[in-house]
Amino acid sequence: MLSLEIHKTFPHGSPVPGLQASVEIRDGEFVSIYGDSGGGKTTLLRIIAGLTTPDSGRIVMNGETWLDTARKVYLPPQKRSVGFVFQDYALFPSMTVRECLEFAVGRGGARGGVDALLGLTGLAGLASRLPSELSGGQRQRLAFARALARRPPLLLLDEPFSALDRATVADFQEKIREAHAMFGTTALLVSHDLDDVFRFSDRVLRLEGGRIERSGPPASVFGGQNVSGKFRIVGTVLSIERSDIIRIVTVRSGPEITRIVASPGETDGVNPGDKILVFSKAFNPIFMKIG
Amino acid sequence: MSPETSFAGPLLLSLRLALTTTAVLALIGIPLAWWLSLTRSPLRPLVSTCVTLPIVLPPTVLGFYLLAAFSPLSPPGRILHQWLGTDLVFSFTGLVTASVVYSLPFMVNPLLAGLEALPAPIREASLTLGRSEMSTLVRVMLPAARPSLVTALVLTFAHTVGEFGVVLMIGGNIPGVTRVASIAIYHEVERMNYGGAHVYSLILLSFSFVVLLAVSLINRRSMKTF
Repeated sequence: MLSLEIHKTFPHGSPVPGLQASVEIRDGEFVSIYGDSGGGKTTLLRIIAGLTTPDSGRIVMNGETWLDTARKVYLPPQKRSVGFVFQDYALFPSMTVRECLEFAVGRGGARGGVDALLGLTGLAGLASRLPSELSGGQRQRLAFARALARRPPLLLLDEPFSALDRATVADFQEKIREAHAMFGTTALLVSHDLDDVFRFSDRVLRLEGGRIERSGPPASVFGGQNVSGKFRIVGTVLSIERSDIIRIVTVRSGPEITRIVASPGETDGVNPGDKILVFSKAFNPIFMKIG
Repeated sequence: MSPETSFAGPLLLSLRLALTTTAVLALIGIPLAWWLSLTRSPLRPLVSTCVTLPIVLPPTVLGFYLLAAFSPLSPPGRILHQWLGTDLVFSFTGLVTASVVYSLPFMVNPLLAGLEALPAPIREASLTLGRSEMSTLVRVMLPAARPSLVTALVLTFAHTVGEFGVVLMIGGNIPGVTRVASIAIYHEVERMNYGGAHVYSLILLSFSFVVLLAVSLINRRSMKTF
């Protein structure tokens, strides 16, 4: 169980005045933090990892106090067992894949640990390469393997998919799910992509103006309680075309582009670039086996 | 004639001085550059200015102050003489001390630039893996900033070989003790032995050229690997 209550004021000129959060996360839960960029999502992860100090607050992980400003307790990042996947990988440029994982596992680590990580992330064939010789997806998998090396009970993922193409993301997301199931890790994922949020999360924290405005399963946070949707996808509006009395909305979801017919009233306030939830309630969607 | 008072003597002495200075400065300069790259202390601008000062200061100013400070008549000089039995003026130890101060910016500044150019999350990633600051510096940061480290070591070495004013002020021109190659040139010219001065000068010129060429080749190669 991770429980935290923190407050931090941001410098003048930041998009939001500060960050105020109070959260409890159960063991093994997969929680996404969703919100606009500059809204404090990354700061929240950094505060949990001990890389940024809040103005005041308390963080307790599995009964161990990591931070308590009232009692002047501050555990340095080294003493908090977290795995952190940084947005820009932050790989060690001088270490090969194997050296990096050996460094991460450390002397006290399990002997077979490095090979298991290489196998899990599909990097076994690339063990002697430097990060500069890896593709974007491979780098991200190395960053992920490195974060798992110490078997941390808490995994923090900062926009891990932002720099990758969709096919690589799908592959990588599978790895994350496997690892999450295998190690029973509690995971906290920062994302501004609704696809990711829906795909992964048991629960989503919606951060707005530096506060957690809503918390719950993705469908209830984004769709409202009344969505019983037998079928739904999350997509981005690419365009809205007028055609006589109807509107044709073009929506992208992952690699797929779909056109949906809508009435003029429905498209009010919806603009290209918006994230929308497309769902079908009255009719069952038709499906066919393709593989 | 002992080896150090022979013709090659000043060259060997320069070499010994430069190696010693570089080794001492590696021990001082690496932690100092690391501290400067991380600290948010209000003392940082002050320390940073002091480190860079020898670049703009006339060497004679530095030499004069060191001479005044380490003279057996001044308190610091007297303490060193009585407690440690060393005199820092007109001795090899004095030359090393002066060179360490004089070459400090050539060790610290390139290294600092290299460390600051590395993305902060690299260090943070190592910390979240449970590694100490020391282990992070030695295993992650210095290897990642290797071109800067090499540049710093080579420039420190070359700059120490090339120094003149500070050495003359604090060391004088004692054969086998403080007459390094750059002083030997001055000495030969004063004796109107232009031939000797030519040989020393040519050796130092070639040395400096080769060193700078090496640094630029090293940096170009490492640019490619990133």
